[in-house]
Amino acid sequence: MSGDSNGHGAHEPSFWRKYVFSVDHKVIGLQYMMTAMSFLMVGFALMLLMRWQLAWPGAPIPFFGRLFPPDLAPNGVMSGEFYNSLGAMHGTIMVFLGVVPLAVGAYGNYLLPLQIGAPDMAFPRLNMASYWLFLGGGLLMLSSFMMPGGAAQSGWTSYPPLSIINPGQTVWLFSMVLIITSSLLGSINFLVTAMNMRAPGMSLWRLPVFCWAQMVTSVLLLLAFPPLEAAAFLQVMDRVFHTSFYMPKGLVVLGHVSTVSGGGQPLLWEHLFWFLAHPEVYVLVLPPMGIVAEIIANNTRKPLHGYKTIVVSMISIGVMSFLVWAHHMFISGMSPALSNFFLVTTMIISVPSVAILTCLIFSLKGGSIRFTTPMLYALAFLPLFGIGGLTGLPLGLTVTDIYLHDTYYVIGHFHFVVVTGSILALLGGTYHWFPKWFGRKMNDTLGKVHFWGSVVCMIGVFGPMFPMGLAGASRRLYDPTAQVHNLIVQPLNVVSTVFAYGLFLFQLPFIWNFFHSMFRGEKTEENPWHATTLEWACPSPPPHGNFDKTPRVHRGPYEYSAPGRKTDYWMQTDPA
Amino acid sequence: MITTAMDNPDTHSGVSNAKLGVWLFLCSEIMLFATLFTSYIVLRTGASSWPWGWDALNVPLGTLNTAILISSSVTIVMAYARAYDKDVKGFRLWMGLTLLLSFAFLVVKGFEYHGEFAKGIWPSTSLFYACYFTLTGLHGIHILGGIVVNSSLLYMSFKKEHWDNPLFLGRVEGAGLYWHFVDIVWIFLFPALYLL
Ligand code: HEM
Ligand SMILES: [Cu+2]
Repeated sequence: MSGDSNGHGAHEPSFWRKYVFSVDHKVIGLQYMMTAMSFLMVGFALMLLMRWQLAWPGAPIPFFGRLFPPDLAPNGVMSGEFYNSLGAMHGTIMVFLGVVPLAVGAYGNYLLPLQIGAPDMAFPRLNMASYWLFLGGGLLMLSSFMMPGGAAQSGWTSYPPLSIINPGQTVWLFSMVLIITSSLLGSINFLVTAMNMRAPGMSLWRLPVFCWAQMVTSVLLLLAFPPLEAAAFLQVMDRVFHTSFYMPKGLVVLGHVSTVSGGGQPLLWEHLFWFLAHPEVYVLVLPPMGIVAEIIANNTRKPLHGYKTIVVSMISIGVMSFLVWAHHMFISGMSPALSNFFLVTTMIISVPSVAILTCLIFSLKGGSIRFTTPMLYALAFLPLFGIGGLTGLPLGLTVTDIYLHDTYYVIGHFHFVVVTGSILALLGGTYHWFPKWFGRKMNDTLGKVHFWGSVVCMIGVFGPMFPMGLAGASRRLYDPTAQVHNLIVQPLNVVSTVFAYGLFLFQLPFIWNFFHSMFRGEKTEENPWHATTLEWACPSPPPHGNFDKTPRVHRGPYEYSAPGRKTDYWMQTDPA
Repeated sequence: MITTAMDNPDTHSGVSNAKLGVWLFLCSEIMLFATLFTSYIVLRTGASSWPWGWDALNVPLGTLNTAILISSSVTIVMAYARAYDKDVKGFRLWMGLTLLLSFAFLVVKGFEYHGEFAKGIWPSTSLFYACYFTLTGLHGIHILGGIVVNSSLLYMSFKKEHWDNPLFLGRVEGAGLYWHFVDIVWIFLFPALYLL
């Protein structure tokens, strides 16, 4: 396997080999990027439909309503089942097909080998297999809308017994198995690459924070996904072979006692699911944190504050994230002793997260900050991700969680984390590394329009969800006005929806900017940002095989403004 | 590419890419089966009644399969030793034997399943049988995977170019590691399902 890319640059490969079935980590990274961004748009579009129903329940969806088959949207009005499908698919697509493939598959694939000075991944063909498995799983997931029974309706969490009774779930399960397999192969590849292929001199303590984030993420994926895979097998058995791993005895469904043999435990699924899904949320945030660290170091022109603290915090987050899962299950009826344990671990894991954020904020102190477009994203990430994190604490404390659980407060909390946190960082990363990917810069003015528009709209979408949740509005609610206590906060739903449409409009300049700059953007050289890490020490875009000769690393990743030097950056590859 | 890594012992774990990859893969496999075992324990301890394995299952056939699988672990070690000495014929003999034993395992398993189906026992019959069919079925899929890997190695051993490739021995070793893992899973499965 490792001998694959021996013939670097020896001959010009065919179009198919070069762009479609490529084994080059950069091409695969860009394939992941295009695919994941498309999935993000799909997941977003599903939510735009739902937002209409939430703001104006029962009103026909303009323009698009009539395009759906009448059983999903009679007279253009979204049906309850359709709402449930859209919600389940929104969550699934955003998490497993959007953010993770973008943060890991795209950024990790493209940048990890470059930042450690390697010519490619350790197993290039396995890398290609990961991408195609991911694409297959994603397309299968999307196609479930068209299948008999429709798409899954039981939320992205797929809690039984509902998930075993509802139609549509089987395709969800099979797609998940493909996606999980893809992630497992990918994480093995990342870890072997990071452990075995670093350029001479690139000791572990000289790795950029981004690489550490990718390594911890890979460990999480490697160890947390198999339990979900096992849990998914059991659910497939329940659905297809009518076993009852998750089905209790004597369950009454729509007035009929179910005929399954029974004896199973619905809670078992919840434990297995969250054993994956809590580490998964760190998969959603660690790589974006790494991106923000890179951008901040580069634009403050000084070394990161507390590089080692950040790295050690990331590692401890990785370890701890396996010990907190049941904070999602406080109201499932577990014993107080158990919930106290998970309460304590949850409070402990917030310490390293706060430490990372604090280090990043302190890194700004005394820097001569360049307000480039990527830096705006990184700067916005800090307070907004902070809000997301801090609003999570009341959810980790049993007393407050009993009230807040399953309300819009939860939705507000984690969207501040994943949207104003992860998504902002990932967008910032696009502006930062675009010159490396295509040898051209993205337009700055459009970038700033995109930035301000997106940030304001994101806050407008998710901010109102906190008061709504505090007022008692539950999540996964098809018609909020059906409950009288929601009427008082219903205007906030309208606000949220209007901002969601605004958010959509402000993505248009980004999309245009992306494709236009790919071909017409201002040309740049190797290292336009005057950065220090290895990916900037090879041509933009890097050729097949990346570096003409294996780079040698002489110092840590963030030697900015070193005293007594002519330039304010000292690349890791500079001999002196 | 592997040469870049080999050139730099300070930035290299000292373990070849393939071997490290197989070990990491096994870590994820351990998590997979650990989850299934934990689920089994949780379901069993939570159940109001649970049959004894030796009443419900065919213990003689299970024992036979345990013996078959343990023998195959020995033969694959022999195959590796022969490959290490570049003894082409010996490798083919022991690898062939390993494959034969793996097929034997599946055939015995097939008889066992057949016996149960004939008695009208299906995964949906009870939670116990659900566990039994799911765990042994998943293990059987892993055996199939091993058969694919091992037979491709056997096929490769007929081409001289593979013997000249230094990676070949690493592949045989990786296959051996995997096969031992599959074996160990069975060593846990057998008592858990048939004897306890
Ligand atoms: C950017 C625009 C986004 C908007 C306007 C949005 C809005 C929403 C809303 C209103 C809900 C609640 C629906 C309900 O409970 O009925 C929801 C659920 C959810 N969202 Fe988002 N979201 C966005 C992006 C994201 C992203 C980027 C992610 C993940 C990385 C994400 C993950 C989820 C998940 C997991 C759920 C829960 C689904 C379930 O109940 O099973 N969302 N979103
Ligand atoms: Cu959690």
